[in-house]
Amino acid sequence: MTGLEDLYREIILDHYRSPRNRGELEPPAHRAEGFNPLCGDEIVVYLDIRDDVVADVAIGGQGCSISQASASMMTAAIKGKTVAETRNIIRSFKALMSVHENELGGGDGVDDDSTEVEAEEVDLGDLEALRGVVKFPVRIKCATLSWNTVTQALDDISA
Amino acid sequence: MSESSPANLDIATIKKDFPLLGQDVRGGRIVYLDSANTSQKPSSVLDAMDDFYRTINANVGRGTYDIAERASAAMEGARAKVARFIGASKASEVVFTKNATESMNLVAQSWGRANLSAGDAVVLTHMEHHANIVPWHMLAAEIGIELRWISITADGQLDLTDLDRLVDGAKLVSFTAMSNVLGTLTPVRQITDAAHATGATVLVDASQLVPHVATSVKDLDVDLMAFTGHKMLGPTGIGVLWGREEILDAMPPFLGGGAMITTVTTEGFTTAELPFKFEAGTPPVAEAVGLGAAVDYLNSVGMEAIRRHEVEITAYALRSLTERFGDTITIHGPAEPGARGGVLSFEVADMHPHDVTQVLDENAICCRAGHHCAKPLMKELGVPASTRASLYLYNDESDVDALGDALVQAIDLFAL
Repeated sequence: MTGLEDLYREIILDHYRSPRNRGELEPPAHRAEGFNPLCGDEIVVYLDIRDDVVADVAIGGQGCSISQASASMMTAAIKGKTVAETRNIIRSFKALMSVHENELGGGDGVDDDSTEVEAEEVDLGDLEALRGVVKFPVRIKCATLSWNTVTQALDDISA
Repeated sequence: MSESSPANLDIATIKKDFPLLGQDVRGGRIVYLDSANTSQKPSSVLDAMDDFYRTINANVGRGTYDIAERASAAMEGARAKVARFIGASKASEVVFTKNATESMNLVAQSWGRANLSAGDAVVLTHMEHHANIVPWHMLAAEIGIELRWISITADGQLDLTDLDRLVDGAKLVSFTAMSNVLGTLTPVRQITDAAHATGATVLVDASQLVPHVATSVKDLDVDLMAFTGHKMLGPTGIGVLWGREEILDAMPPFLGGGAMITTVTTEGFTTAELPFKFEAGTPPVAEAVGLGAAVDYLNSVGMEAIRRHEVEITAYALRSLTERFGDTITIHGPAEPGARGGVLSFEVADMHPHDVTQVLDENAICCRAGHHCAKPLMKELGVPASTRASLYLYNDESDVDALGDALVQAIDLFAL
């Protein structure tokens, strides 16, 4: 099963077995939900922004090891960061997942330069372990689910 | 129908009829256990469609030349085969659609709008596929019908204790003949009789039933029945709505355009006779020919023999998986193989289905993970997602054994 070692690195399994920041946050923390209808992943992201900083973030819901590990790693990566830094980390992670705004079947279609400019300087730490996911295209949606959901939460808050 | 079908099908020989099953995937023989999703196709079906395009391809019902006549005859011949296959008395009661989902929408939009108004009740079940739920939600939003739900028991049967009360005063009772998640065979005739006793019309989703069990609309006494070609060895892009002639006659058309009309003027139009009234535009002709060839293949093997084989292989799967995995595996649906089809949804050792199917895929085994287009049912079962293995006439014990071996690997990888 050598192929699966790329996908299920020890770090990923660790985050899956002992997910960080599981739970709920009370209002005024924001709540956003995400679904992956392909395989039944459901995620709830609670986001508490104070003075432009991610004061707290929590994850609820259930899903596969990739979606849960990615969500757990995400919370560790963005806690304590500013909103701008958080958006940068999100962009970098999605670039790692080879998710470019204009590549996903025509989505936004703009932003050709964003991925090249921002991607380099952010240290993704544990998230690097998810690099292998790109070899399993169907799992990319699992890995990005929590990130898309937190983006939704950020967009809702700033709206 | 072959009364003299051999007691045991020679699955190794049957597998050879299916070109895709001879393929190696990821360095190993492919093990296809997702027929509830879509079935594989025998060469005879592929050849029939290829042949059609190579020799007699022309539009149907419109041409006055040789190949056009032959194309029309091929299509109507396929229609007659399907009608005989389901015990219908007339080929004109067989409407070709794109798939079973379209058939259900056709009933909701055409029969539903003509026969239902605000407050009228439609009875569904918690076991339904989204194709037999969403069209009714849509209709409810449009015209205000009431939806009632038959619930399920702990062992995956429909709970009929309240049946008479639920169907009382209802206009339509619509339910699945075999669950695509639990494999449960529902008591179609019993529910149909209860519905008819109260004056309700009966629509059955037979997408999982028709491919696996000999079906007679006469014996079931249903009024409308939907099923699909691609789950019964036929191509994608062709489904069937069977309906009693008097019911289809009374229904307004669904889609409008060519072929479904008799006259069109600037003032209006009149519809064509059955079944063409419901077949607007150019139909999936090659696909109909393919479906006819699929029916021929199923008849050549024999539906009784197929059912016998599936009961045996399902029993084997239930037995061996339970023996190998004991308490760590939960297999949903009836425990009695005779009461179900070969659809096996399960959870193993707290692993998420997507992780399970990833490991299965690594071993060239094809199973489905997720909610299987039955979210209300998954909610009733208390699981957001399950892994589903489904068996058909080309599966044997080695396929089930391979599944078991791969599940052992998965448990090793994800052991907590």
